[in-house]
Formats: sequence, structure tokens, C-alpha cells
Amino acid sequence: MLLQLIVSSLVIGSIYALMALAMSITYKASEIPNFAQGEMAMISTFVTFVLLNAFGFSFLPALIVTVIFSFILGVFLEFAFLRRAKNPTPLSYIVITIGFQLMLYGLAGWKWGSDQRQIDLPFSESRVLFQNDSVAITELNLATIIIAVAVLIFIYVLIQKTRLGLAMKACQQNVRAARFNGIPADRILAISFGISSVVGATAGILVAPVITLDPSMMWDPLLKGFAAAVLGGMKSLYGVVIGGFMLGLVENIFGFYISIEFKSVVAFAIIVIVLYFKPSGLFARHYVRKV
Amino acid sequence: MRDLKKDYFEDIQLFSNRVQVFWAILLVALLFSMPFLVKTYYLTVINLMAVNAIVALGLNLLVGNTGQISLGHAGFVAIGAYVTVMLLNHDVPFALALISSGAMAALFGIMLGIPSLKLEGPYLAIATLAFGLAVTIIIGRMDFLGGRMGLTVPKINLSWTGLKYDISLYYLILVLTLVCTIVTRNILKSRIGRSFQAIRDSDIAASAIGVDITKYKLYSFGISALFAGVAGSLWALYLGFINPTLFTFILSINFLAIIVLGGLGFVTGSIMGAVVMTYLNIRLEDVVDIPFVGPALLRFSEAFMMPTGISNISWVLTGLILILVVLFEPLGLYGIWLRIRIYWKKWPF
Repeated sequence: MLLQLIVSSLVIGSIYALMALAMSITYKASEIPNFAQGEMAMISTFVTFVLLNAFGFSFLPALIVTVIFSFILGVFLEFAFLRRAKNPTPLSYIVITIGFQLMLYGLAGWKWGSDQRQIDLPFSESRVLFQNDSVAITELNLATIIIAVAVLIFIYVLIQKTRLGLAMKACQQNVRAARFNGIPADRILAISFGISSVVGATAGILVAPVITLDPSMMWDPLLKGFAAAVLGGMKSLYGVVIGGFMLGLVENIFGFYISIEFKSVVAFAIIVIVLYFKPSGLFARHYVRKV
Repeated sequence: MRDLKKDYFEDIQLFSNRVQVFWAILLVALLFSMPFLVKTYYLTVINLMAVNAIVALGLNLLVGNTGQISLGHAGFVAIGAYVTVMLLNHDVPFALALISSGAMAALFGIMLGIPSLKLEGPYLAIATLAFGLAVTIIIGRMDFLGGRMGLTVPKINLSWTGLKYDISLYYLILVLTLVCTIVTRNILKSRIGRSFQAIRDSDIAASAIGVDITKYKLYSFGISALFAGVAGSLWALYLGFINPTLFTFILSINFLAIIVLGGLGFVTGSIMGAVVMTYLNIRLEDVVDIPFVGPALLRFSEAFMMPTGISNISWVLTGLILILVVLFEPLGLYGIWLRIRIYWKKWPF
């Protein structure tokens, strides 16, 4: 039974890790916590759904269109709203992203109603790949873990090995110095938002078959992803991924052995406790601000 | 220069000149004569505005004046509402229940404040958000709190006023709102309020000149939660029925929207925001009935959207308001009002 718990923790943990990574990319680049992340992923998932069902696309073209759409959505948020803020404080960024979240939520509810829909991916939950008396792995489980790991590796390579990643890191450390060296900081920031939106959309598509597709589907994954990011330390890319898997594991073990009802509460309680002892999360270095 | 203040007393007094006293008296007189001027339905609308205003006053003290974000105020409102209902069910008089609601919420506020002292920005946002969600989840699992089914709120004894129940409830809420407004305003003008603002503007500078940051942040959390608790208690009375699904994340966001729209850090702003936002929310519940706009929107949704989902327009509008206010009018409605007033004061120039 423990093995089965670990498998399901890995599956849900990879969703949390993706959401946490999406949160971390934009937070690292701009110190903006993007509350609209979940709703952006939800809209992207709906785009896939519409392409698959109403337009009769097959899965791969639909996926490509979704990736392009979610990239544009992320760039739009940065370009249209966040860049326009005058004399911004951290609070005004939080308010803008919450406003964008409400807008997307309302638009999705207006367009698609609150019916719960079923999305058909080429890998389904009902086909079991491997089974013995202690553990069963379905096609969807395996696909989720593989795709999540692939995206994580892709982001790692993108940030550590490419010129774009170098420019992103430069903007994170010091925007003004980056500008002096000829890096177009605004464009880099918009691209970071686009990339983070694509990562979030992946999480949305992977989680949609498990929880049914409706406008509020991403609330729980968003909050858990946010919590995982905070747990791992928002600014450490390894940290947030480990935080995501840890959160999945703790949640599932607590849910199985102690109480399934308070599963969500314990996740948040752990975060408050961790933050009390390590205010910047487990894996990020805590900087004390100086005058 | 008439605006120049000559001594400390001039800064802390409630009204700076006779004109303000006149308008304030007129407004209070109008509010007190409302039950004899309008139908009972409008009284319930004003009640809702007043309850939202109380929460907004408290939240604004925390967010606007102290600069600490809270996305979990619905949790404090829930605590206030449940404490009141439980006490009323055990035949405790309402005055005591109201005070206990406020005290309990303040206690939770301080308890949440202690781990939040070191946190800022997104870390504080997630901690408060988690608190708000945890409260509703825990209440939903407690059988003696009615679980998910909720509780019916007993009617309180207001017959000593000699008026109808609705009207006496209206007066009760109105008086408490006025008291909360004056209390907030006096807090802001006192040493505590000035410490809050010092912490908001720069906590390092504030501690350098001797403001005890721990103490005043906890004060801010406590007072803010106390107001939310009182509002929750009144909200329970007003609704007559409570269940955990009322106190969602969306409600917390709505409170945040109220103070952002009204103007962060201003008492008048909180009240303006509460009045306008509550009115908008009520009006947009049946958006189709609004002349001209409603039918046009209905035709639009028949063509492109789902007509059944048209009520979702209120989310779109709330989101749009939040974004537009932050981008174009960071001081909110109060900022607009301030600009108009300055324009007329200096008119020919």
C-alpha cells in the first residue's frame, strides 16, 4: 500500500511541482507572485478541449496551438497590465494579478458555464499498465510523471544553458545593470511570463482528466503549487520542485494514515510552521534587507 | 493658508470646520430617517453595505495603513459569525455575543499575526490565504457547528426599541458602523495609527526611530480581525442563516476589491468602496434587467457566449475594476473625490 501511496504522491507532486515552477519563474524574474497562474492554465486547458472536441484536432496539433496560446496569454498579462503600473508596490502587483484572475474566471464561466466536462487525452486513466497486489500504475500516471519531468528538464536547460536563460538571470539579479549591458529587460520579463504560462498550462492539461474540467478546476492546484513554491523558497528552482513533490507526499501520507478530511488543512499548516522557522522557505537563502 | 495646522489638537479633532460638521449631521440624520423614507428592501441593501464597510475599515487599517496584505479576512468574518450564533443558541445576550465575536476574531488575528511577523509580500499572502481556507474547511467538518449544512441564526430580542425587527436591526447595524468609523479614524490620528503608517512606509526607518514593530504589527492584525469579527456577527444576524460556503476565498477577494476601489489607507475610502462595490454586486446579480446594457449583453452572449453564464459578468467587472484602479487611480474613489475637491477649492486658478 505504501508503494501505491508513493506513486500517487509522485503523480500529484509533479502537478504541484509544475505549478510551483511556473510561479517561481515569474517571481524570480520580477518579484511578482502571479495569482492568475491557475486561471491562465484553466483557460489554456479549455482551449485544448475546444480544439479537440469542437474543431476535431488530433492531440499533437491541439497541444501546439495551446502552447502558443498560453505563451501569448502570459505575454499579454505582462505587456498590457503589469508593465503599465505606475510607481508599483508589491501590493499593487498582487492586486493586478488577482484582478486578471477574476477576469479570466468570469470569462470562462460566461463562455463555458459551470458544467463539468470530460477531456479526452490519448493516455487515459482507465488503462492500467502495470499491476500487482500492492501497486497499480495507469497510463495517465506514467504520462503525467514523464511529461512533468520532461518539462522540468527543459526549463532547467533553458535557464542554465541558453543565452535567453542567461539574460533572464541577469535581469533577476539587477535590472538596471542588465539594461546597461544591452539586455532588453522588458522583453525578457514578458518572455518569462509566457514561459511560466506554458508550464502552468501543462499542469492544467495533465490534471484535467483527474478533476473534471470547469472554471474553478485550477484553484486547488494553484494554491497547492503556490504553497509548494513558498515551502521550497520561491527563488530556488530546485527548491520549488522538491517542495512540490514533498507537499504531494506529506498530503497523501497524512490523508491515508490520519485523516482524509483534513488533508488540505495539514498542507497549509505545514507551510505556516515552515515559514515561521525559515521565512524564505526551505531551500532559498534568506536575505536580511539592509538600509 | 487655511489648511495649515497650528497645534496638535487641530490635527486630532474629528471635524476641521463648521461646514464639515453640517454635512456630517445631515448625513447621519438622513441615515437615521431612512426607515421612514424607503422600503424595507432598501434597508437590507444598506445593511449589507454597512457590514461590508465595517470589514473594509478593519482591512484597510491592515492593508492600506500598515502595508500588510491579507487574503484571508473571510476567515475572521466566519469566526465572528459562528461565535455569535453559537452563543445566541445558548441564550447568551446579544451584546455579550457581539463582544465575544470581536474578541475571538482578534485572538485569532494575533495568533495569525505572530508567525506572520517575519513574512512579507507573497509569503504573507499565502499564509493569510491558507488561514482563510483552513477556517472554512475546519468549520465544514465540525458537526456541532452545523457542518456543511450550516446553522439557522436565532432572532435576537430587540422589542425594547418598540420598532419592527427589521428597523431595529437596521439601527443596530447603523450605530455600530458609525462607532467603528469614528474608532478607526481616531486610531489613525493617534500614536498607534502613526506607527502603522511608519511601518508601511519603511519598517527599518520606523524601528530606527523607536517604533516597536512587533507590537504594532500585532495591534494591526488584532484590530483588523476584531472589526471583521464584529462584522461577521452582524452579517449572521442580517442573513439569518450561515454555512461555510459563504466565507470563501472569493469573499476575501471581494473585501480587498472594496478597499482598493475605495482608496487604500483612507477611512472615507473604505466606506465609499463598500457602498459602490456592494451596489454593483447586487445590481450585477441580475444584469439582464439593467436597461439598454442588459439586453445588449444578452444578445452578445447568445451569439458568442452562454446566456446561462451571464451572471459571471460580475467577476469580469470586479477584476477589471481592480486592474484599472491600480493602473490609473491608485488612490481609488477617494483620490477622484480629492481631486474634484481641490479643483473647486482653487477654482479660478
